[in-house]
Amino acid sequence: MTFQLPSLNYGYEALEPHIDGTTMTIHHTKHHNTYVTKMNAAVGACPELGSMDLLTLNQKIGTSEIPADQMTNVRNNGGGHWNHSFFWTVLAPPSSTNGPSSELKAAIDGAFGSMDEMKSKFNAAAAGRFGSGWAWLGVEEGGKLTITSTANQDNPLMANVVDQACIPVLGLDVWEHAYYLKYQNKRPEYIQNFWSVVNWEAVNGYYAEATQGKAPKL
Amino acid sequence: MLSLTQVQAKHTLPDLPYDYSALEPVISGEIMELHHSKHHQAYVNGLNAASEQMEEAQSKGDVASMTKLVKAINFNGGGHINHSIFWENLCPVKDYRPPQGALLEKINQDFGSLEKMQANLTASTVGLQGSGWGWLGYDKQTDQLYVKTMANQDPLSCGAPLFGIDAWEHAYYLQYKNVRPDYVKAIWDIVNWKDVEQRFEAARK
Repeated sequence: MTFQLPSLNYGYEALEPHIDGTTMTIHHTKHHNTYVTKMNAAVGACPELGSMDLLTLNQKIGTSEIPADQMTNVRNNGGGHWNHSFFWTVLAPPSSTNGPSSELKAAIDGAFGSMDEMKSKFNAAAAGRFGSGWAWLGVEEGGKLTITSTANQDNPLMANVVDQACIPVLGLDVWEHAYYLKYQNKRPEYIQNFWSVVNWEAVNGYYAEATQGKAPKL
Repeated sequence: MLSLTQVQAKHTLPDLPYDYSALEPVISGEIMELHHSKHHQAYVNGLNAASEQMEEAQSKGDVASMTKLVKAINFNGGGHINHSIFWENLCPVKDYRPPQGALLEKINQDFGSLEKMQANLTASTVGLQGSGWGWLGYDKQTDQLYVKTMANQDPLSCGAPLFGIDAWEHAYYLQYKNVRPDYVKAIWDIVNWKDVEQRFEAARK
């Protein structure tokens, strides 16, 4: 299987002023593209990796189903490819960002008290992730919503290596490359702005699937 | 009555030995100013806050809080240590001179040549995933120079740090964007070898 860089559903400038066009361009065409290239190189070097799709590769991190000498490679690049493919789908131009479904809103209120409290917790996870990583809103086994963060290109699908496994329904890249050109050191301001470009329609869909135990279909 | 809590002097941001623009064109003045006055300052502030809280937790015997604070001290203390070394490890292009003396001899001995050591540290730093540092270190116990990368702000775990390359994106992104290799290649033009030699001398004692 050959991995491909997915196209965005919107132009590079479409998320302005919240995420700038230059960042989107470099983030997609350079950073994400490098993960795709390296993942394909890994498959070239180790063909058995090619028999697993991207989701499976992520889910099998930390298990013997991935050759030990490829583990770090797949974790970084397979993780990076999944994470960014997912990320582009949970973003949308600010004018078209709608809102959480009634089911999701009820689940948020149930798990966190309110939308604001959920955002507060998410923001803290995103701001508090030291170094590179991601913040996630996800559905745990049992159906409960949870917030977690992961290091580097890990994600909560990697049940064998992360602190808190769950099915992601929303994620935020807090690697410095995701925000530095516009926000420099001001990560909290980037996180605040993120909420203006969340594609709730996509999140609602992921939530509906996640409550049935299904991971996002990218 | 003797106070059981030590009143510790607060940690402070060290001044740079040069102006913000002095390392151009290798590292832009814009980056230097942000890196020093925002990022490093934040580590200093974080370290002071965490240290104060740790002192309080210790005086109360609050082990739960102490354990939680260890992480913050590691992040911020490591950030403070690493950046303090970094500023001194660098010098303007006009002041550059190649390594010499005992350090150069040891580099040749342990790596084969200066170029081989540079290639080694360059490759390690470029290949580092996520945030972290590439280090040239010296282990007195084995009498060996070595190259090692550390994640995030973890201080060099064994031996003495001699020269570090900050591989966090904030160290280069505004100027080099995603092209970390160009930044790491260029940084060799501004290594303050006199400082690195002095660290080596001190580590050998």
